[in-house]
Amino acid sequence: MRRLKEDRLASILFITPSVILLAIFVYVFIGWTGFISLTKWNNVLPDYTFVGLHNYKNLFANMRFQIDIHNTVIFTIVFVSSCLAIGLLLALLIDQKIKGESFFRNIFLLPLAISFIVTGVVWHWLFNPGSIQLGSIGVNQLFDKIGLGFLKCGWYTDPRIGIIAVAIAAVWQFSGYTMALYLAGMRGIPAELREAAAIDGANRFQTFRYIILPFLKPITFGAIIILGHISLKIFDLVVAMTGSGPGFSTDVPAYFMYDTTFRGNHFSQGASIAIILLLMVSSLIIPYLVYTTRKEGQA
Amino acid sequence: MKIRISRIVLYAVLILLAIFYLIPIYIMVVTAMKSFSEVSLKTMWNLPSKLSFESFRTAWLGSTKGGFRGLSGSFLNSVLLVVPAATISAMLGSMNGYVLTKWKFRGSNILFPIILFGMFIPYQSILIPLVRALQEFHIYGSIPGLILVHIVYGIPITTLIFRNYYITVPTELVEASKIDGASFLGIYRWVIFPLSTPGFAVAMIWQFTSIWNDFLFGLIVTPNPKSQPITVALNNLAGSYIVQWNVQIAGALLTALPPLLIYIFLGRFFLRGLLAGSLKG
Repeated sequence: MRRLKEDRLASILFITPSVILLAIFVYVFIGWTGFISLTKWNNVLPDYTFVGLHNYKNLFANMRFQIDIHNTVIFTIVFVSSCLAIGLLLALLIDQKIKGESFFRNIFLLPLAISFIVTGVVWHWLFNPGSIQLGSIGVNQLFDKIGLGFLKCGWYTDPRIGIIAVAIAAVWQFSGYTMALYLAGMRGIPAELREAAAIDGANRFQTFRYIILPFLKPITFGAIIILGHISLKIFDLVVAMTGSGPGFSTDVPAYFMYDTTFRGNHFSQGASIAIILLLMVSSLIIPYLVYTTRKEGQA
Repeated sequence: MKIRISRIVLYAVLILLAIFYLIPIYIMVVTAMKSFSEVSLKTMWNLPSKLSFESFRTAWLGSTKGGFRGLSGSFLNSVLLVVPAATISAMLGSMNGYVLTKWKFRGSNILFPIILFGMFIPYQSILIPLVRALQEFHIYGSIPGLILVHIVYGIPITTLIFRNYYITVPTELVEASKIDGASFLGIYRWVIFPLSTPGFAVAMIWQFTSIWNDFLFGLIVTPNPKSQPITVALNNLAGSYIVQWNVQIAGALLTALPPLLIYIFLGRFFLRGLLAGSLKG
């Protein structure tokens, strides 16, 4: 009996360092940031005069922040839907019992191993639209070569589509992730189910529609949450590829926060952006965390 | 006949997609291998007429004439950062996973998602207090400071990886050891830890790549060039107008190389870490 008590204590001590570290570095720090967002610290020296929601009001009236929210919405839509569609396509193609399966799979997954900074540097040059003296370079030049010249555009230098250019680079990096999720899901479909469908005379499309798709529904749900929260947090890629862009056309909240806090010393404004980001991410992640861990608890 | 045509279409589509995915890799390799005299934006798609490692050398060593630093110092910084941070965060994850699966206590099911939340937060929401706290402890701007940061924010994912792994280890093994009189620590040391190699492989490889690829913490915690990790140094190199673009690209390739090698040789473990991140074990 004493032994059990000692073991119990030992088990708590084992997990305590991590719990204390996370309690401080995650929860206390978030509270601290929340507090800063309610103060007047918009200069180098800390000023903890309480100003209520003043910083938030200013923020929502701020043109740059409005553009950022707009950009985030467009980025999220392009990024999430493209990753889902391309990932599903890749998984379906690879699932056809093809030769060189692992070769293809590895190519599509490869970009995931690379830093966003590397991706940003390379796509910065690929999407460089060139100039009058230079003519077309990068992707535009490639379009010219293969007869798709009508697709040429200014990419991130064009304020109307700049954020989409950033999203394309992000899709290049992350579509392999959805492919991997979908493939894992498809491999989990019992072979008997597909065989039964074949015996019942289902064609390929019907098998896909009535057997495979329903299986992939929870995976799609999870992927939307994970990809969606990545879109909200996107930062590195923007820094390395474009920065704020012309007229803040590729600016995002995470970049605004960095810019205004660590370059502009507007700590309270930065803190309020961070809290809004956190609230957006939490609204996706917390229900998901509760749902997945509770489901596991029942199993 | 019909089947054969559809197979040809299938492979054609796959090959086209593979080419699309390899375009940035192609540009990186081709550009980095060209000599300075041959590099031109106008001919960026062409293969080099002869191999040259000038770009790599300049990206690695920098240029006193051009007045910029090479990546060699920050490459070393990244190594010094990644090895202890990945090892210690994996160790902590293993300890947590052991308790959360084999020594459940009241509230442990609630504690788990509270731990996991830390891996999803936008780090912007902790940066200002983080800088202040690190300054307070006089480790701001240093590699040890950055190591601490990566250990702490690595705990959620390593805990998740090990929890998912230890669930597959039969609890009867632990129960039998208890009856034999083994203590909490004894069971960890002699039963669980020796079985943990696959868990450590997944957790350490995941941590190695994500810490190597991290940019935000490096940017904020180590602003001085002497202790910068390689991603921050690469971004400075690429953001500088005096650095030729082939040098930037060669630098990008150098930065990508360690995680790429890991991916090529240990991709299996990398993939498992990736799937663990979406909470599916």
